Amino acid sequence: MTEPHEGDGGVDHVRSAVAEAYRREWAFVLAATARVAGDIDIAEECAADAFGAALDAWLRDGIPRKPGAWLTTTARRRALDVLRREKTLRAKLPLLIEPDVDNAFGDAEEPDVIPDDRLRLVFTCCHPALAREAQVALTLRLVCGLSTAEIAQAFLVSEPTMAARVTRAKKKISAARIPYRVPGSTQLPERLDAVLTVVHLLFTTGHTAPAGDQLVRHDLVERAIGLARMLLALMPDEREVRGLLALMLLTDARRATRLDAEGRLLLLEEQDRSRWDTAAIEEGRTLVFEALRGGRPGRFVIQAAIAALHAEAPSWEVTDWRQILDLYDVLLLAWPSPVVALNRAVAVAMVDGWAAGLAEVQRLEGDPRLTGYRYLASTKADLLRRLDRPAEAVAAYREALALADNEAERRFLAGRLAEVGGPSQVM
Amino acid sequence: MAQYLILIYQPERAEGEAIPPEVWQQAMEAHGRFAEGVVESGGKILGGEALMPTSTATSIRGDVVTDGPFAETKEALGGFYLIEANDLDHALALGKLCPAPEGGVEVRPVMDTSGG
Repeated sequence: MTEPHEGDGGVDHVRSAVAEAYRREWAFVLAATARVAGDIDIAEECAADAFGAALDAWLRDGIPRKPGAWLTTTARRRALDVLRREKTLRAKLPLLIEPDVDNAFGDAEEPDVIPDDRLRLVFTCCHPALAREAQVALTLRLVCGLSTAEIAQAFLVSEPTMAARVTRAKKKISAARIPYRVPGSTQLPERLDAVLTVVHLLFTTGHTAPAGDQLVRHDLVERAIGLARMLLALMPDEREVRGLLALMLLTDARRATRLDAEGRLLLLEEQDRSRWDTAAIEEGRTLVFEALRGGRPGRFVIQAAIAALHAEAPSWEVTDWRQILDLYDVLLLAWPSPVVALNRAVAVAMVDGWAAGLAEVQRLEGDPRLTGYRYLASTKADLLRRLDRPAEAVAAYREALALADNEAERRFLAGRLAEVGGPSQVM
Repeated sequence: MAQYLILIYQPERAEGEAIPPEVWQQAMEAHGRFAEGVVESGGKILGGEALMPTSTATSIRGDVVTDGPFAETKEALGGFYLIEANDLDHALALGKLCPAPEGGVEVRPVMDTSGG
């Protein structure tokens, strides 16, 4: 079955080939094995076994020409063995697998025509009948191949807690018979939005870690971008997927400039734009232009367009705020979220002045959905500081500080508080 | 004769805790005795099912689908349908059709009690 590669190197070479295959092919191998196994746990176990067996086999026979196909064939064979052996022990509620209508390959055993089931896997992990936190955990576990310990660490919960969350979600998939299927065209927009929300949540969690001493969790950011690339390759016509990838690339392009040498948080207006990642910006802008074509854009495309305007601007002051404000108006129609309204208030301040921006923020303070939202208080504080209203700014910075758990954000807010004349012992 | 619905409430087992075979056996026997008792006292069982635990439940309010059982605040159980559906997507689509304008519905899988 293997097709040896001529001139393979030693153990290190093979080991890195296995690691590379794990990074690139895990989801493909698991998704294809789940179809045969009819059970996610068995599929996971067999996929892991196949990666485990790859090192020895590839050392002996050479690295196969198509590592993904080799791994899938191996994992599927193991799954069939397990099913034969454990026929009596097999769960009574197997994973509910239905053939895709447009899938001509069926259950072909030829490694070259293994159907790509990754989309089924993604849509099953992000099914609306699962809680958001379970969707995120399952996606990291099953699609990205992260261990439970790694996911627990990323979301600052204990490993047993995360293990229970993953187990419960897997049980619900089989017990409630959540189908292993890509939704049909009528359901697709809504279901795809849930998938993209999970990927974006991963990204934002990584981009500004909700707590702890690290501002950015690069691992989560990379995972989110990797997932979006995978989704775009599988669904090239879905504009929102393209928009989400663009949004994340354009946002992450500022990565190197978000902290100063002392680890202090730098706002967009303070960042050294010459150090932004121009390759990421170029790729992001191209994706935005492509995604804007063809009718009314969705929320991720609009957000990406706003991010592109920021990325193109030579400075904070000469940013095209007028157009950004127009885009926020469009975004608010597509996605009536109070967080969007808050971001829009900043654009209002830049176009119509600080006082107009503050009035918008104060109007939003009445929205119960923003109660306890840390960026509401910090935005208000910043506008009051610029309007030279120190007493009110102190109160708002204190409120923002009480809500912030990330160390870099806390240091930033404490610095601003001291600047406007508040006592500095709040740290 | 009038029809009544008997709803069974009991503590749920912890996540992952298997039902010991003897407990399962006792429960099956107890329900068997119940069925006989109903007939002996001149009643009739029209239908009955064991449900999967609440961790497998999905709730629908309006168009919003959420994981977990229906969180009763001011609503009370007002009726039920036992349906057959292809999968959870199908069952949720039917659940959305079910009129519950001032509340919502919970979709819970029925347990397969055939053959232990």
